[in-house]
Amino acid sequence: MTVLEAAHTSLGGFLAQVTPIQAPEIDYAAILPMLIVLGAACVGVLFEAFLPRYQRWSWQVALTLLTLVGAGLALVVYLRDNPQQGVVTLAGVLSVDRPALFLWGTLLVLAFGAVLLIADRSVEPGGAFVSHAAVRPGTIQDRAQAARLGMQTEVFPLTLFALGGMMVFCASNNLLTMFIALEVLSLPLYLMCGLARRRRLLSQEAAVKYFLLGAFASAFFLYGVALLYGYANSVRLRDIAEAAAGTNRSDTLLYAGLGLLVVGLLFKASVGPFHAWTPDVYQGAPTPVTAFMAACTKVAAFGGILRVLTGAFQATSWEWRGVLWGVAIVSMIIGAVLGLTQTDIKRMIAYSSVAHAGFLLVGSIALTGEGLSGTLFYLLAYGFTTVAAFGVVSLVRTADGEATHLSQWAGLAKRSPLVAGVFTFLLLALAGIPLTSGFIGKFVVFSAALKDGMAPLVVVALLASAVAAFFYLRVVVLMYFSEPSPEGPTVSVPGSFTMVAITLGTVITFVLGVWPAFVLDWAGAGGFAFSTT
Amino acid sequence: MLDPYVPLVLMFVLATAFSAVSVLVAPLIGPRRYNRAKLDSYECGIEPSPQPIVGGGRTPVAYYLTAMLFILFDIEMVFLYPFAVTADALGLFGLVEIALFIATVGFAYAYVWRRGGLDWN
Amino acid sequence: MTNLAAAQATLAEAAQVGAAGGVARFAWLLIALPALGAAVLLIGGKRTNAWGHLLGCATVVLSFLYGTLLFFDTTDLDPQRRVRELDVFSWIPVNALQVDFGLRLDPLSLTFVLLVTGVGALIHIYSVGYMSHDADRRKFFAYLNLFVAAMLVLVLGNSFVTLYFGWEGVGVASYLLIAFWQHRPAAATAAKKAFLMNRVGDVGLAIAIFLLFRDLGTTQYTEVFARAGELSSGTLLAITLLLLLGACGKSGQFPLQAWLPDAMEGPTPVSALIHAATMVTAGVYLVARSNPIYDLSPDGRLVVTVIGALTLLIGCVIGCAYDDIKKVLAYSTVSQIGYMILAVGLGPAGYALGIMHLLTHGFFKAGLFLGAGSVMHGMNDETDIRRFGGLFRYMPVTAVTFIIGYLAIIGFPGLSGYFSKDAIIEAAFGQEGWRGWVFGGAALLGAGLTAFYMTRLVLLTFFGEKRWEKLTSADGRAYHPHESPSVMTVPMIVLAIGSVGAGAFFALGDNLVTWLEPSLGALEASEHGVLPHALVPVLTILLVAAGVAAAWLLVGRKPVPVTRPVRVALPVRAARADLYANAINEALFARPGAWLARALVFVDNKGVDGLVNGTAALLGGGSGRMRRLQTGFVRSYALSMLGGSVLVVAALLVVRFA
Repeated sequence: MTVLEAAHTSLGGFLAQVTPIQAPEIDYAAILPMLIVLGAACVGVLFEAFLPRYQRWSWQVALTLLTLVGAGLALVVYLRDNPQQGVVTLAGVLSVDRPALFLWGTLLVLAFGAVLLIADRSVEPGGAFVSHAAVRPGTIQDRAQAARLGMQTEVFPLTLFALGGMMVFCASNNLLTMFIALEVLSLPLYLMCGLARRRRLLSQEAAVKYFLLGAFASAFFLYGVALLYGYANSVRLRDIAEAAAGTNRSDTLLYAGLGLLVVGLLFKASVGPFHAWTPDVYQGAPTPVTAFMAACTKVAAFGGILRVLTGAFQATSWEWRGVLWGVAIVSMIIGAVLGLTQTDIKRMIAYSSVAHAGFLLVGSIALTGEGLSGTLFYLLAYGFTTVAAFGVVSLVRTADGEATHLSQWAGLAKRSPLVAGVFTFLLLALAGIPLTSGFIGKFVVFSAALKDGMAPLVVVALLASAVAAFFYLRVVVLMYFSEPSPEGPTVSVPGSFTMVAITLGTVITFVLGVWPAFVLDWAGAGGFAFSTT
Repeated sequence: MLDPYVPLVLMFVLATAFSAVSVLVAPLIGPRRYNRAKLDSYECGIEPSPQPIVGGGRTPVAYYLTAMLFILFDIEMVFLYPFAVTADALGLFGLVEIALFIATVGFAYAYVWRRGGLDWN
Repeated sequence: MTNLAAAQATLAEAAQVGAAGGVARFAWLLIALPALGAAVLLIGGKRTNAWGHLLGCATVVLSFLYGTLLFFDTTDLDPQRRVRELDVFSWIPVNALQVDFGLRLDPLSLTFVLLVTGVGALIHIYSVGYMSHDADRRKFFAYLNLFVAAMLVLVLGNSFVTLYFGWEGVGVASYLLIAFWQHRPAAATAAKKAFLMNRVGDVGLAIAIFLLFRDLGTTQYTEVFARAGELSSGTLLAITLLLLLGACGKSGQFPLQAWLPDAMEGPTPVSALIHAATMVTAGVYLVARSNPIYDLSPDGRLVVTVIGALTLLIGCVIGCAYDDIKKVLAYSTVSQIGYMILAVGLGPAGYALGIMHLLTHGFFKAGLFLGAGSVMHGMNDETDIRRFGGLFRYMPVTAVTFIIGYLAIIGFPGLSGYFSKDAIIEAAFGQEGWRGWVFGGAALLGAGLTAFYMTRLVLLTFFGEKRWEKLTSADGRAYHPHESPSVMTVPMIVLAIGSVGAGAFFALGDNLVTWLEPSLGALEASEHGVLPHALVPVLTILLVAAGVAAAWLLVGRKPVPVTRPVRVALPVRAARADLYANAINEALFARPGAWLARALVFVDNKGVDGLVNGTAALLGGGSGRMRRLQTGFVRSYALSMLGGSVLVVAALLVVRFA
């Protein structure tokens, strides 16, 4: 027996002892859209590393848009032959079911619109993003960079990372994955908020505020996950549901865990009273990023809320529903009432988004098929309207940048009837006037809540809608019936990117208002899948 | 029958006691030699902003970069150790996975490197 | 045996409504032609000024020719197959409400088609001359075409919704045409009045249709009529009364009659076509068309009869007191339609008689209006009959045709009015008990009064002293009466021939009654009348003669003052004030309405606005206060989040453990 043979034998013996770990089954076709987005984000980082400065913008724009189109195509191809009950893959971590696919589709199209706004370089010469983020605000260098063409093109891979995080977030089937996804979607957003070309200080303040409060909320979320793990010995939604359905474990852990978890989620969805960051951040962030956050983050957050509440806490809904009623009411009231006295258009839309979050929560806690499909429809409708609305906001400018103070919008209809008309239509959609998607969205959500026995909540929601309609209409009145101030803002001619984004959002807002059936059918095509096998 | 949460409570008590003892006893038995650094918010040498114009008032960005890179590779190590231990059991799938993981970290590294994050002057 | 008979009856009913084929397949052309004319003239604008009136005439004439073709096509059919339907397109396909735009071609609708297009064509031609000096003649023809199209929709539609569409269409056309000279305040006001009062009736019609749809789920005639028996008697009564309200609005019946005389502010051809011959008879058409519903509700019919009798007397009485040639004719229209409504209210004993009088009235009243227009044309648009006199020599054709129309309306034996009106009076007397006396008496009295005021009108206009010789018209011109051009006199002659012959043609041998049987059912002769059949015509002729004689004694023999006497007896004063219809409307509806509106404004200002403004102030104040919580400090934001979290967790635990 030679040494070699001995070595071989012993090695063989060692190998024989090793029982191979079974790799989890992965349904690549199902998660392909997500893989495309995250992979392209990494490629985007490499572009940043290896492309010369002057080529980066065009390459990144092309890459990002192609990625979104490619992911959308992968989604459409997969939709044709995916099973009705959905697929749970990656060792039970992700469920690609009908709601997830709908949310992914929604995220991809909304991100497409937002990326178009991000990529525009003609409304604001050089783009809405700073060219040197590290320059100290208020200095001579800062003023120089404001005039310099070129931007931090990192915003494109950051967008894709955030989008990938959102996609994982609303498909994740266990709380730990959800937390990772939450961080993946949040961290790029914190950065993106601080990249405004103008009003650097405000932008950076927004970023820091968002970061601090986001970290705070993440801690809540994580603490909740920990308590729930303590309760159920698992972070899987299905396991928590099973534990809650039939055990005599400590309910303190369950409800404390649920409360903290939900707070983390509500923060992301900017539901009051966890909304405090929303106005400041919406105002300070570059408008395209605000559009992206307002549309896509809301979709992801409510996707997560729907999935968690349905998957893990359906059995205990009697206990928590009353509390979330209260939260929804607070959110609607805060959004509607505080929106009344806002003087900044972006802050106003931020409070409007708080009110809308309350409406969405009304649909989310119904936990019926109608509640699910209604909320999904609402998310899509609201997202498009919001992207288009922020697109319009970015057009109305003075020499110093965007004219966001409401007084500057007086008499806009006389200067630019088309822009004022489009914005009026979008505001009506936000107010929920018929022939817009906003009406259909509110209608389906409220009727689902009504059928589920939440009539008082629906009454409050309708009252809040009525109050909120006031501040939307006030802008309309301001645009049409006030005399324009002589040094008022000018309306930029939108570049083709912004124009496409606004047109897309407006047209879809209208189409969903008059012919909502096909989207409603799709949104109601199936329920969540939580199988843990 | 001991409640499973009793040890937890004991742990809390111990932790509270330790921190309280440290904070309370140190002034009693330690020497008192004050200087400016000791009165700062943090005793690690970072001066909180805003500061007078001297020194720019800001922590150099390079400081954060270094810290971030350190964490980046630290985390990478944390994942590489368990992989190395069970490399055989994980087989080819594990190898591909860890390669992808290293690649993603490598992308970030490449970015920092190419964009001048590693230049000191 | 009885089963077999029932089965045969069902079969017969099934065969009753057939699909229209052959030449009838293009029945939509009847409507499309005038509609196209209106569209071309309105869209084409000034470019069509030169030939617009010709196009307007041509479309209606073509419609009339095609209608005649359809008429003979239908008469060729077996009487049981004369009700045909033609689906044109699916109009309102909304869930349970399925309304197809379809046409019903049956004797009743074809009769109206011939009336509307025939008289319409004549009046179009007449208007070429009458409106020759008007700068907006093209627009006038566009509106007239629009009216003809809408009226045809009204009579041809095969559902109540289609009828309503046409009903509103003629309302709009009428509004546009009354206000054709909108620079005159009187015309503009009259148009508004007509429109508003029509709306009152339209609401009734609309609610009746709603009720039908609610209870039967359909508005198609065939289904509604087949299933009218399913309606409860209360609903039936409500529907009949609401339909009657619609009819009253459109046909100027009590209590909605006040708009019709004012509508004479429109050009005279409009008065002839819309406000005498066709549109105002739509109410009669509505009741006759809904005969299966009215058959089931004797109470509803009684109300119809009462309204008819009341209106015919009101019209006569007021007609006696007016001096305006067109207003006298207008009140005469009100009264004659009263006869028709009275007739259709009699039910199976009177539907066909009402339609017959409608047709003869269409001829002679249109002729009378055209004659009046011709007189005005020659007299500087003067309408006051006290300023006429002795015009016979100056416009002989006009005078002769007018007198033929006059003889027809008073029921001179042998002329058309004699056949149609006497038949109604007879049928009214044919009712049992007090109804026979009351309705027959009213109709008889009306005949006498008609003879009186129409004779007065003719005497004052064409005979006696030439009072106009010493006068000038309002704009200071002297009167030069002259005959109208032949484009105007020819239609008048045609209508005069109709006034002479139509009644005999319809009545002798029961031509019309038999023809209308598939639509209206067989005419029931009354057997238990309060007066013998032979006596009624004699009485009528006597009373008519008395009326003529009275008029001759009052205005024929002695000179007539040019200005109308102010000091007159109370009845005359009342009649001159339209029997205070406007005052009553004012007192009963307008003033309480104004009070109600003012009270509501008060409540709105003090109560609702207070509430709204108070809420708004509260919300605004609350908003301003809550705004201060948004300090901009992260620490306070974090604290609010923490507070919220503690509340959420605490609430969850409280819900669980409390």
